[in-house]
Amino acid sequence: MTAIRATHLSKRYGGTVAVADLSFDVEPGQVTGFLGPNGAGKSTTMRMILGLDHPSGGSVLVDGRPYGELRHPLRKVGALLDAKAVHGGRSARNHLLAIAQTNGIPASRVEEVLEVVGLAKVAKRRVGGFSLGMSQRLGIAAALLGDPEILLFDEPVNGLDPDGILWIRTFMRKLAAEGRTVFVSSHLMSEMAQTADHLVVIGKGALIADTSMSEFIGRSSQSYVRVRSPRLAEVADLIRVGDLHADHLRVTGVTPLEIGTITARAGLPLEELTLVQPSLEAAYMELTKDSLEYSS
Amino acid sequence: MIDVFRSEWTKIRSVRSTVWTLAVTAVLMLGFSALVSVAAKNMANGPVPGSQVIVSSLTGAMMASIAMATLGVLVISSEYRTGGIRTSLMAVPQRMRLLTGKIVVLAAVSLVVCLVASAGAVGVGVVISQPPSVEMGEVARASLGSGLYLTACGLFGLGLGTLIRHTPGAIVSAISLIMVLPTVASQLPGQWGRTVAEYFTTNAGLLVVSGESRGSLGPWSGFAVYLAWVAVAVIAGAVLMRRRDA
Repeated sequence: MTAIRATHLSKRYGGTVAVADLSFDVEPGQVTGFLGPNGAGKSTTMRMILGLDHPSGGSVLVDGRPYGELRHPLRKVGALLDAKAVHGGRSARNHLLAIAQTNGIPASRVEEVLEVVGLAKVAKRRVGGFSLGMSQRLGIAAALLGDPEILLFDEPVNGLDPDGILWIRTFMRKLAAEGRTVFVSSHLMSEMAQTADHLVVIGKGALIADTSMSEFIGRSSQSYVRVRSPRLAEVADLIRVGDLHADHLRVTGVTPLEIGTITARAGLPLEELTLVQPSLEAAYMELTKDSLEYSS
Repeated sequence: MIDVFRSEWTKIRSVRSTVWTLAVTAVLMLGFSALVSVAAKNMANGPVPGSQVIVSSLTGAMMASIAMATLGVLVISSEYRTGGIRTSLMAVPQRMRLLTGKIVVLAAVSLVVCLVASAGAVGVGVVISQPPSVEMGEVARASLGSGLYLTACGLFGLGLGTLIRHTPGAIVSAISLIMVLPTVASQLPGQWGRTVAEYFTTNAGLLVVSGESRGSLGPWSGFAVYLAWVAVAVIAGAVLMRRRDA
């Protein structure tokens, strides 16, 4: 079953459109990256998924139901929105205990998740004194309390040191490998490139792409096939759609297999036939260049 | 629902500010009782009658009502300040369930603490003033009245906190409605002004503490009027909480 399904989801604040007619599905067993420049509407969308903000139009279902209708939501969905959104005067353990109690989760589970995220030793300390990295771990502990099938993380690596980033990345991959749904937002391409299997890309609140990572990169016009041959001019004549450079032919919109088949039929020898893909970063820049909220 | 109660109890007891406001309430009740009783004893020539001792030993209720209102405000506004309200609503997405949990737990905690503090204040007053006779029924009524009044003040704060969401704004509103405006209302001219003053928040609410009647209101009808004020604040807060984005 589709874990999260947004259908024509919209959100307006007065005259400003934060999210516009957004439809996408998030499937289990993989990390889905939710990508877009700052101000694209990622956080707003996440809050609507979690029933915190009311959509101006459309709907979003979690496991087939609106979030607000889930009996024990934390056993189904765990989310980390803002790691610093905790009462600084409460100890880590009491913070988690108060959350656990609402969903009938036993206190022993609090100790378990503290252990999982590596905060067991500071469980009695007031969370106001936690570093950002520790707060992030506490937020993840809260998300894991109900052992949920669906996990949402909003910009989880923001402000983390390399150790923390690696930890979160590995952790999200592990959760997905266990068959859970992991939906993680970021404005950092390079981060997504190393974590996500699937991408939902938005800009100015509207959907730009909803594809697998490889397809997303491949679809960019900057990906091309480099063809080199001792009889390059003949190959160029045959393919017709390529750009002829001094020592190679650059072909877009045709797969290497198609090129190889055509040249083989004509009996033309090939020296090189390579699919050249841009980095995810480049593909992303190209797709979102028209939808930057604030461009320099 | 019991799950939400347990969670709210954990929240109240695990933060210093809420524990402190409850402690301040108790200290104000006992301290004022001691202070006023000593002063009354020194000024009176001869023994102070029992009924007067009871009334003066609960003088602290005026100040303590602000401490209790602050507690009520903090129960919800601290969650809006920190953003913790989102965590709470993710766990309990039915907003009225969450608010009900807060109301019930705050009311229960307040009632216990304020009843004990009120009875203690009367006890302190009696011990200091040594009146010739004290009617136990009167002691019980006054302690109960004071405990209920202070609990209502806590709920007033919770309602205002839900409505306003900002701690300072909500506390200032609470002080205005509980302390400042009732005095201002008492200055209103004419019969119309007198009626407004009578029905204005704590002017009506405090009657249950003193056991007096004023105009058309007796102790319990006065308290009912005060509860109506509290209900308006809580219901307005609840309506907005349902409607607004968290």
